[in-house]
Amino acid sequence: MSGEYLYYPGCSLKGAGAPYEQSLLAVFEKLGLRLVEIEDWNCCGATAYLSVDADTAVALAARNLALAERTEGQDIVAPCSGCFLSLTKAKRSMEASPELRARVTSALRQTSLAYRGTARIRHPLEVLMTDLGPAEIRKRVVRPLKNLRLAPYYGCAILRPFEEVDDAHTPTILEELLRTTAATPVDYPYKSRCCGGMLTSGVPGIGLRLVEILLDAALEAKADALVTTCPLCQYNLEVFQDRLGKARLPIVYFTQVLGLALGLSEKSAGLDRLLWRLPLAPEVPA
Amino acid sequence: MEALRTVKYEEELDPGFAIEVAALPGGEHLWDCIQCGTCSATCPVSLYMDRTPRQIIGLVRAGFRDEVLRSRSIWICTSCYACTVECPARVPITDVMFALKRLAMEDDRYHRSLIPRIEKAFVRMVNANGRLTESRMGMKIALQTRLAGSASLLRVAWRLFRRGRLRPFHTERMRHPKALQTVLRAVKAGPKAREGAV
Repeated sequence: MSGEYLYYPGCSLKGAGAPYEQSLLAVFEKLGLRLVEIEDWNCCGATAYLSVDADTAVALAARNLALAERTEGQDIVAPCSGCFLSLTKAKRSMEASPELRARVTSALRQTSLAYRGTARIRHPLEVLMTDLGPAEIRKRVVRPLKNLRLAPYYGCAILRPFEEVDDAHTPTILEELLRTTAATPVDYPYKSRCCGGMLTSGVPGIGLRLVEILLDAALEAKADALVTTCPLCQYNLEVFQDRLGKARLPIVYFTQVLGLALGLSEKSAGLDRLLWRLPLAPEVPA
Repeated sequence: MEALRTVKYEEELDPGFAIEVAALPGGEHLWDCIQCGTCSATCPVSLYMDRTPRQIIGLVRAGFRDEVLRSRSIWICTSCYACTVECPARVPITDVMFALKRLAMEDDRYHRSLIPRIEKAFVRMVNANGRLTESRMGMKIALQTRLAGSASLLRVAWRLFRRGRLRPFHTERMRHPKALQTVLRAVKAGPKAREGAV
């Protein structure tokens, strides 16, 4: 373990997902892991590009992989679940089709980029739990988040279809991470049910219903907050609560919860940038 | 008076349609489907579809080209992959849906709704800047759905703005979008790959 990774932020972390980037960078720094942003990266293509043009979508994602491969032997960290899947899918598509790989490779060569297919794409949740491990994380916790009940929500892309981060049916990695902070992960039945994706804006009549189902289940489980691993899930579940007229449920990133436990202030974990604050017991000065 | 006919006759079907879809990336497992309906049962949005995922696959195989391509279902699929991981025959149903979206647009007989418009706008923005500016995309959608004036949307937009999560005058772009455009042009110029997307 080199402790150094190539960071692929993706567009959302530069937009409404800014608190995710802020807390991710702070947590990695706190844990002595280095993230180096890939130079002049481009959009991963998300699901939209794949709906319009398959080959170009693969080339779009592959350019980022080729950029990363200029630095030998380092893994890519893609915190946005959507980006994580797009990059992974492109890599697997090229593994499955030498013809597609040849076309993409020759297109990349026009800008002096080489695609070798060596870079590993990883989600920060898995990086923290594998490369550092729960025992090591627990050692660094300075502010145990006792009495905090959290609904663990994985969304889709880090589990399906490839099960890269954890088992698609019974994932536990997020609960294990939350337990290192002494918080209580509640039993949340919809932990990998769809957040609505683009339907919240495209067909709100359907999309908002999907959001409502997830929120109701978290409230039912008496969660103080719902924990996400993806900026689109976070956005959908947070922003549309107003329109749904629901009780205000804080929707926090797993990096924010971990950051707090590691001793970051609410402000440096970006918690003040959420629409609803996490209910925390006042910190007792040591 | 001619009676209204709701069934199709054999000669009106397009027998080549299944072969065409089976040749697309994602379509290669089309004939493995056992029509069990596990996909439709797993899908979180199948109850809103005009045709369930199982029906879509059945219709593709039977040659109902127009019904499939004009269907609203393929645009309601959020690609959450719940069906794909449950399918006992290992048909990558989500990828079939992606292939059908592309074919419907190519054929110019897709269900005219906001989703395909958003996806096209997304692609245009990425082609121009190399990245997506979420706030601008959000505004486009809001204007198209006449939500721009809704009190809830304005309230939320204001709060996101105050927290630095919505920057109305910022454009997220690469330093050198040309580097990307060269690559995309080169891929488009080549022949289409007929297999391979996972």
